[in-house]
Amino acid sequence: MLGEIKHLFLKDLVLELKLKHTLGSIVLFAGSTIFICYLSFLNIVDQFTWNALFWIIILFASTSSMSRSFQQEGENRFLYYYFLVKPQSIIIAKSLYNILVTLFIATFSLGLYLVIMGDPVGNLYLFTLTVFLGVVGLAIPLTMIAAIAAKAGNNPVMMSILSFPVVIPVILQCIKMSKVAIDDLDPSLSIDEILVLISLDVIVFVLSVILFPYLWKS
Amino acid sequence: MEKLIAKSWWKILAVAILIYTIIGGFLFDVPRLIVLNESIRNLHFHVPMWFGMIILLLISVVYAIKTLRSGSLINDLYSIEFANAGILFGVLGIISGMLWANFTWGTYWSGDPKQNASAIGLLIYFAYLILRNSMNDRHMKARISAIYNIFAFACLIPLLFILPRLTESLHPGNGGNPGFNSYDLDSNLRKVFYVAIIGWTLLGVWVATLKIRLRKLELRKNEFI
Repeated sequence: MLGEIKHLFLKDLVLELKLKHTLGSIVLFAGSTIFICYLSFLNIVDQFTWNALFWIIILFASTSSMSRSFQQEGENRFLYYYFLVKPQSIIIAKSLYNILVTLFIATFSLGLYLVIMGDPVGNLYLFTLTVFLGVVGLAIPLTMIAAIAAKAGNNPVMMSILSFPVVIPVILQCIKMSKVAIDDLDPSLSIDEILVLISLDVIVFVLSVILFPYLWKS
Repeated sequence: MEKLIAKSWWKILAVAILIYTIIGGFLFDVPRLIVLNESIRNLHFHVPMWFGMIILLLISVVYAIKTLRSGSLINDLYSIEFANAGILFGVLGIISGMLWANFTWGTYWSGDPKQNASAIGLLIYFAYLILRNSMNDRHMKARISAIYNIFAFACLIPLLFILPRLTESLHPGNGGNPGFNSYDLDSNLRKVFYVAIIGWTLLGVWVATLKIRLRKLELRKNEFI
């Protein structure tokens, strides 16, 4: 099974690197969103707004990048996989791969955002940790939702309405954690949020692994 | 479950309890508390909605799991109708809570964590309904909506029970507010409240089963069974 996961993961990675436009389009999407925010806000004095805006951008960028994660796999290829590998391997490989992609997008967005919108962050290490945990917390449920949305006919609006309510708890925890990081307070204040985020990740991940096989056979 | 639906004793029980709830809830002595005053009587109507919603949604999830295991459309029918009844209770819970909040906290919506969490919970289930209606194939609809149902319920539980407890809240029992127990010192409220939960939940189950029977007849007419 580990071998299967590795192969599926590498397949996605190689495919992504070959078709540079897909990753490029998401990076451009995040970049243009940040630039639009810069042009409309010009200068954000309020740290709350800075923080909330950053997470909204991450949310939208990752949602739109996830939504294509099952789109490129046509019906026939699904059938082919069906004979080759366990369904659990597919969802685990996809989740891992999506974590990697979202991490890339988030790092890029964070860098650009800090440069363009100013840098009020007091504790950049804690902020980076928040971004990392948040990205993992977003990528896992979004992968599963993308699979559901793909089965329901690949409607891009469907992806958004299914995923937003589900990922709101993650976003809220992240906003709270990053507030602590921005104000440079004692990091131990964030332990509650970190634990909640990790337990949410575990619950959602276990559920995806259990539920995906049912979604998959049709 | 099939047999229980046809029985009438629990429906009579539900009606009796609700008559008792309405009479007792409005007429019994209640503790005189500042701010709350007589509005504390809403306890018998607002809070049972949430208990009822959670129980109905739990039944819906159990049937969703059954749907996945058996693939039968009947289980899916149970799942969707219990979810519908749960959503109805959730909407009523939000509305009754907003009215109560207007009289005690000053505004209909004060951004209280529990208010926000329940609104998000309803969004999840509205998304569930839209997902269902977007598909045509019955078996596919049954399976995919069952998967989202389980997924949504698992996300709803931390949202309603864990996250609001971590933050300040205007609701009793959170963020330095006195808990529920300190409100009913004379236990007069308790006499009605606990029974009211059972009554409202039974009513919700009744609503759901009525719709299930109707849908079953429709299905039979269209020869899907």
